[in-house]
Amino acid sequence: MRWRPCGDAAALAEVDDLDTVLRLHAAVAAAREAGALPGVVDVVPAARTLLVRCASSSSLEQTVESVARLSLPDAVPTASEEVTIEVAYDGEDLTDVAGHLDCDVTEVVRRHTATTWRVAFTGFAPGFGYLVPVLVDGDAHPLEVPRRPESRTRVPVGAVGLAGEFSGVYPRVSPGGWQLIGSTTTPTWDVDRDPPALLTPGARVRFREVGR
Amino acid sequence: MSALEVVATGALTTPQDLGRPGLAGLGVAESGALDPGALRLANRLVGNAEDVTGLEVTLGGLALRARGEVLLAVTGAPVDVTVATSAGRRTHGVGAAVSVPDGAEVRLGSPGAGLRSWVAVRGGVDVDRPLGSASTDVLAGLGAPLAPGDVLEVGPPPDDAPPALDQAPLATPTDGTVVLRVVLGPRDDWFTDDALAALRRPWTVDARSNRVGLRLDGPALERSPAYADAELPSEGTVAGAVQVAANGLPVLFLADHPVTGGYPVVACVVTEDLPLAAQAVPGQEVRFRTVKGPRLP
Repeated sequence: MRWRPCGDAAALAEVDDLDTVLRLHAAVAAAREAGALPGVVDVVPAARTLLVRCASSSSLEQTVESVARLSLPDAVPTASEEVTIEVAYDGEDLTDVAGHLDCDVTEVVRRHTATTWRVAFTGFAPGFGYLVPVLVDGDAHPLEVPRRPESRTRVPVGAVGLAGEFSGVYPRVSPGGWQLIGSTTTPTWDVDRDPPALLTPGARVRFREVGR
Repeated sequence: MSALEVVATGALTTPQDLGRPGLAGLGVAESGALDPGALRLANRLVGNAEDVTGLEVTLGGLALRARGEVLLAVTGAPVDVTVATSAGRRTHGVGAAVSVPDGAEVRLGSPGAGLRSWVAVRGGVDVDRPLGSASTDVLAGLGAPLAPGDVLEVGPPPDDAPPALDQAPLATPTDGTVVLRVVLGPRDDWFTDDALAALRRPWTVDARSNRVGLRLDGPALERSPAYADAELPSEGTVAGAVQVAANGLPVLFLADHPVTGGYPVVACVVTEDLPLAAQAVPGQEVRFRTVKGPRLP
């Protein structure tokens, strides 16, 4: 684990892979729940890093020492709840994605709906969950594709996309560079709901195909 | 109960309190007044608790008509606070409680220096509180800026009387170069030594700056050869982060910043100096001064 400073009261813990990030996040979350990390204001997991933001410089220094002593769980805890998202596979990039994977469009849809996904972390926009496939040892990633060479200036609400190792659903209209494979009418962000995000870290997600 | 009718908003007026900390894991930034100390002071001047919802005014120009008598105070960038009644007008300064009689109009002039002022109203303004805060987050789309014709209900007055103090001393924002202290990192190793040295040179604040970030114009920062074409996996960011976009120009993140970013952050402005960044006017110069960061393993 390598620490990189983010100003006077925050730091990034950089680790080798997403799985280690999620195990570290689980350990930090458990320690916070037990009241062991009192100075922590925010924790943000991402692809290779965990951002820890504290109330002050001195509480950051104490927190970093405590985090370095945490033992990580062997596996990432997965929530028992499963969220189902209904998707019309009508995305503009569906054919390009099939091309990248050297298969046909039907196979892309089959892989997307046959995979159990897990919300690794949230970011980019409120309620935007980064989903990764739940893989059994040795399984290859079913749908790894690069980002689009150019970002779109406007991606509609409910667009379902792929980028790198992730799949995701755009919670609101925004710019975006992900490959769009479909769309859903299931709202993924609603401030009047508790929690407002449908896709919370740890939750399992399945996609189901519906007619256009 | 008294109320305030919005007559004019100036460039942008948003309801703000001390924000919604702790939701970054949901993709929601802290938001809140860009100078929390100024909002706290304005609240104290009218006898409110420090975290009561006030208004953040960009470049003056806010005009409000009182329904029932209202007591308010303005802090931050110095502006004339003019109260117009049928009997005439009276101009007050910032840093003091100002009484606005029923039917009178209060108007904020343009700041002589700085960009943003904060208005606290005795009793607070009653607006929606999505995710537990009244703060408008312009990036996340939480809350909403004021529009002419809006009516803001004023809350019940607090138990405490306003303090007897006449005039609170306020620091005036500089109209010269804004100097901000930064801690290098988390991705200073992505840049050349020349690029790191260039942080000390003056940068010009671009007019497209907002509560999300201060866009800075100057010579592009060059990446070190090892990272010339590298793509950064998205990572968490903080308010104060100086993110360097693909074009090599820095953006200094403010309170409504994106919670994660895919471009390298070369340095982060220390928390204490963020209110100074919030007062930088488009065209003004900003320089960074490197300081030692926290002790990390």
